[in-house]
Amino acid sequence: MNIIVCIKQVPETSEVRIDPETKGLVREGVPAIINPFDENAIEAGVQLVEEHGGKVTVLTMGPPQAESALREALAMGADEAVLVTDRALALSDTLGTSYALSCAIQRIGGYDLVVCGKQTFEGDTAQVPPGIAEHLGIPQITYVIDLEIEGNKVRGRRLLEGYYEVVEARMPVVISVVKQMNEPRRPGLKNVLAAKKKEIQVWDAAECDIEVCHCGLDGSPTRVIRTWTPTREQEGEIIEGEPAEAAEELAEKLAAEKLV
Amino acid sequence: MAIHIDEEKCTGCELCLSACPYGAIEIVDGTARFTDDCTLCGACVGVCPQEAIVLEMARKGEVDTTAYRNVWVVAETAPDGDLAGVTIELLGEGRKLADELQGDLAVVLMGDEVAELANTAAGYGADTVYVVQHPVLKQYRTGPYADVLCGLINKHKPEIVLYGATSTGRDLAPRVAARIKAGLTADCTGLSIDPETRLLQQTRPAFGGNVMATILSEYTRPQMATVRPRVMDRAQWQEGRTAEVIEVPVDIDEGSVPTKIVEVIADEGGHAVNLPDAEIIVSGGRGLGSPEHFALVQELADALGGVVGASRATVDAGWIPAYHQVGQTGRTVKPKLYVACGISGAVQHLAGMSSSDCIVAINKDPDAPIFKVAHYGIVGDLFKVVPELIKAIRERRGQ
Repeated sequence: MNIIVCIKQVPETSEVRIDPETKGLVREGVPAIINPFDENAIEAGVQLVEEHGGKVTVLTMGPPQAESALREALAMGADEAVLVTDRALALSDTLGTSYALSCAIQRIGGYDLVVCGKQTFEGDTAQVPPGIAEHLGIPQITYVIDLEIEGNKVRGRRLLEGYYEVVEARMPVVISVVKQMNEPRRPGLKNVLAAKKKEIQVWDAAECDIEVCHCGLDGSPTRVIRTWTPTREQEGEIIEGEPAEAAEELAEKLAAEKLV
Repeated sequence: MAIHIDEEKCTGCELCLSACPYGAIEIVDGTARFTDDCTLCGACVGVCPQEAIVLEMARKGEVDTTAYRNVWVVAETAPDGDLAGVTIELLGEGRKLADELQGDLAVVLMGDEVAELANTAAGYGADTVYVVQHPVLKQYRTGPYADVLCGLINKHKPEIVLYGATSTGRDLAPRVAARIKAGLTADCTGLSIDPETRLLQQTRPAFGGNVMATILSEYTRPQMATVRPRVMDRAQWQEGRTAEVIEVPVDIDEGSVPTKIVEVIADEGGHAVNLPDAEIIVSGGRGLGSPEHFALVQELADALGGVVGASRATVDAGWIPAYHQVGQTGRTVKPKLYVACGISGAVQHLAGMSSSDCIVAINKDPDAPIFKVAHYGIVGDLFKVVPELIKAIRERRGQ
């Protein structure tokens, strides 16, 4: 099986810094990790290849430093890595990003599955995997917690609100996975060192046939015009007293709010 | 915006005919050709083995935004067959937007045998209801729903389209957005119209809730958004209110739908516990000390009539299954009441629950970050406080 896993490098810190002009994320100098949901995607790809043979190619679009995320993915067991990096792609919204990634995926070619994490820790939109599927003209199965391959078909068990749904489609298919799908492996030192030596393909927009007019700040249909840090309107109330007293007072307040 | 068939590539295989929901393709002299019934829905593009069909969308700046009017809500049905709660909320919010824009509020109702829900939509404020019924639409699937919706959008040109930010909405909306090249904002918690520009100002949390952002889709239409459930006010029911009901005939071939729903597995008390819809959640964290003490959390949840949630630390430690996890990598919840017992309040946990209506925190550490978001806090030993709280609540409820 040939599996392409799309990943994104996101800032590690929970304190994010926004560029006041572009309203985008400040990425330079901020420690970075693979988006946690994407680790599950890598793990899913590696497990499928361990079972069915084939290879995992991990793909990311980002600034040059995103290469370190690819190295982590290689250490986890991905076979090949591609970095698409180009100033013209920076600040793309989800539509621009899914378009650019689909171009890179077509350049890689020969894939059975494209596996993505459900959403990122930044935009939290979950819009890129369906966008990639639409641009490639193939089916999508989202919220996947379990994957099975049967011949030329894939079955994804989806974790929805209060039930599961098992969906089947003929490959190639785009899959987005949830955290509960698996436990991403922590690579040992040997794998990390071996990953350092692997070659990473680096492509710019032109090499992927990406028309940059559809990307970047200007090419993206959505634009962030304002960001702010939400502040609490009022301080919460600390209820003092011995446990029995405090509990009683709390119960009273909750009853007053009709919550009890 | 245009669609055309490359006649040199077309082999006359007729796969596109089967895929077209509107019967808008015919074979003339051995090659496929579009009739006037074509809605540019794009259903035929992906099925052509020769890639002979090209759908060209207008580039930025080429869309005539003045041609787009009215606010649409893409309806969902609840398991009991009624209109989903989030749809009624969208009708409430949509009404306000439609009134400000001096336009109509329409509902798109897709499914099988859903016509009677048109009356419900009307009662909740819809001026128009597009009813699209077909056995192939009985359960939600990306392909046919996207094809139908794109066709309707291209034909009727709504200014705004709203979806619930449910698993359905978040699967469907980005597919539609990518096909028609329209801006889409995810998981909105606030919507308003800029009176000067008519633009929809879409507000949503980003970066796990650390930051709020306002977003515009200036040049593309429709402006689309998925809206977080249980945030907007529900529409008011108006007995006897009627709407214009438009039945949209579609002919969809099951054979051309690329996905099949093989099985639906109901809640087995397993992964599928429905945290996001719970009105009351009592969560336990590492302060519980050991897994057995989740029994105390369960007791409080029972006394309040709620469900049990958990922090990531307890799930990672194996104290409780992952489907109880609240937080950035678990479920995001917005219950009426959230009680956090022995939870310190790491940023990733707060991201999952901080917009709850009423937050109560019980923790022995006065500096625990959870107290910054709690409406009521008790600094104390949860093993003493929680049993007393259970007692006090049971007394009030006459249990």
